[in-house]
Amino acid sequence: MLEDLLDVVKLRFNVNTAAENDKDDEKDEKAENKVEIPKDLAFKCPRCLNMIMTDELVKNLKVCPECGYHSRISSEERLNLTVDKGSFIEFDKDMVSRNPIGFPGYDQKQDELRKKTGLRDAVITGECKIRGIRCVIGIMDSRYMMASMGSVVGEKITRAFEYGAEHKLPVIMFTASGGARMQEGIVSLMQMAKTSGAVGKLAEAGQLYIAVMTDPTTGGVTASFASLGDIIIAEPKVVIGFAGRRVIEGTIKQRLPDDFQTAEFMLEHGFVDLIAERKTMRRTLAHILKLNGYKPAEEV
Amino acid sequence: MEMNNKLTPPEKLDLIRDKDRPTVRDYIPMIFDEFIELHGDRYYGDDRAIIGGLASIKGIAVTVIAEVKGRNLNENKESNFAMPHPEGYRKALRLAKQAEKFHRPVVCFIDTPGAFCGVEAENRGQGEAIARNIMEFMTLKTPVISIVLGEGGSGGALALGVCDKLAVLENSIYSVISPRGFASILWKDGGREREAASIMKITADDMLELGVAEEIISEPFGGAQNDPKETAKNISEFLLKTLKEKMAIDIDVLLNERYTKFRKIGEFEEL
Repeated sequence: MLEDLLDVVKLRFNVNTAAENDKDDEKDEKAENKVEIPKDLAFKCPRCLNMIMTDELVKNLKVCPECGYHSRISSEERLNLTVDKGSFIEFDKDMVSRNPIGFPGYDQKQDELRKKTGLRDAVITGECKIRGIRCVIGIMDSRYMMASMGSVVGEKITRAFEYGAEHKLPVIMFTASGGARMQEGIVSLMQMAKTSGAVGKLAEAGQLYIAVMTDPTTGGVTASFASLGDIIIAEPKVVIGFAGRRVIEGTIKQRLPDDFQTAEFMLEHGFVDLIAERKTMRRTLAHILKLNGYKPAEEV
Repeated sequence: MEMNNKLTPPEKLDLIRDKDRPTVRDYIPMIFDEFIELHGDRYYGDDRAIIGGLASIKGIAVTVIAEVKGRNLNENKESNFAMPHPEGYRKALRLAKQAEKFHRPVVCFIDTPGAFCGVEAENRGQGEAIARNIMEFMTLKTPVISIVLGEGGSGGALALGVCDKLAVLENSIYSVISPRGFASILWKDGGREREAASIMKITADDMLELGVAEEIISEPFGGAQNDPKETAKNISEFLLKTLKEKMAIDIDVLLNERYTKFRKIGEFEEL
């Protein structure tokens, strides 16, 4: 089953994910990317700094074979790795953001990104099955403005939790985000209240919420729904934190240790329940759902 | 009152940073008949960036939770320039839960550049602490009223800002991040903070327009520092009126309205 999925994923993998990432986030890596190897041929692991041939990386589900860093993948790739084939029914597919504070260039930037990524904003949500078990799923996509949370991300995630509450379904959120979407000003800050409030609605309805933190889960998303999972899973070696590393380094005028704000760091400090590898994520999710009393749809 | 405070956003930025602008330490004795400070989060320590305690205003008992700016360097060192650590937010939540137990309304004063960004704050889960407060305040079964006194910066402000009614002092600002942070993230140049302040929509009027705040509390001519007593009187009047209004509402209705208030913020369309 998993192997079939892997084949599908391999075919679908778009090899230059790293190159497609938001510029803002790339600037650290860019400075180090001086070696002239075409980006689509090799991937430089931001953790261990080894150069990995892209086909090798793809074969390994975009996990660095040297250090185990779980690099960023698209929401489509994530979906294919996680849910039962053909089971996904997308919600709010056509929702797009307005420009609430009239930020110059915001509309244009979004138009460009929509063309480039085929996404309408930084999260996809919907209902699906995982090993036959019905659940609501949300997957954030760092290719779209570093999956920052503005009106659309906030609204879609809120609706997903409300749907789970209404239909008595568990909710799984794959989080990745640079934080609040600056271009939407205070409106983006309010999405933190909206989404966290909706987590409360799901809890009131007695349903399970699993947050899966992927690279990077930071800022206003960490400070809202991402940190509120009944169970919080993280992928190995991903960045999880509130404040940006550079901001903290600027404050303390010191370089921070490499493992600061990693999944392992968060596990050690008590903010993550478990770390699970990408290749076992589907299985892990299914087991947790089962142990929480959710059964495959056919058996209901 | 005349149209006295027509300041541009960068001018407001200067005004709220004026060293003479009253802080919550000035206001508490002027607004409340009594105040008993309660310390600590019961897990780690007592964050001096947030103070809390029992108070009464015209005989109505309330729980006060407030971000504290210093009036001088020593006070600012103690209160970490009003940038709370996780234990500050956890203290706030502890006191809010205590208020809920005794059906006592909660009054929050917001005045922070943002939650503290540091190693210790990360070690102790700054993100989790803020997230938890936001979620718990949304369902807190007692009225919650928040007032932005000067600076409402990012999640550090929102952690005390999930409420039934938000009022902002006339010259205060409320923003997704400090204008400096905004400029440094979007333009890689923190020096452009005045320009950022101009486009970010952070003023009291903007908050009303965007549905973030429900009321503006007026400041005396030239700003709160010119007449702290007058400002305190305006805050008291707002509080009394709002406490009576919210305490009269059935709690389930109130919680529903609180959820809806935030639920409807967002600007999108469905193609």
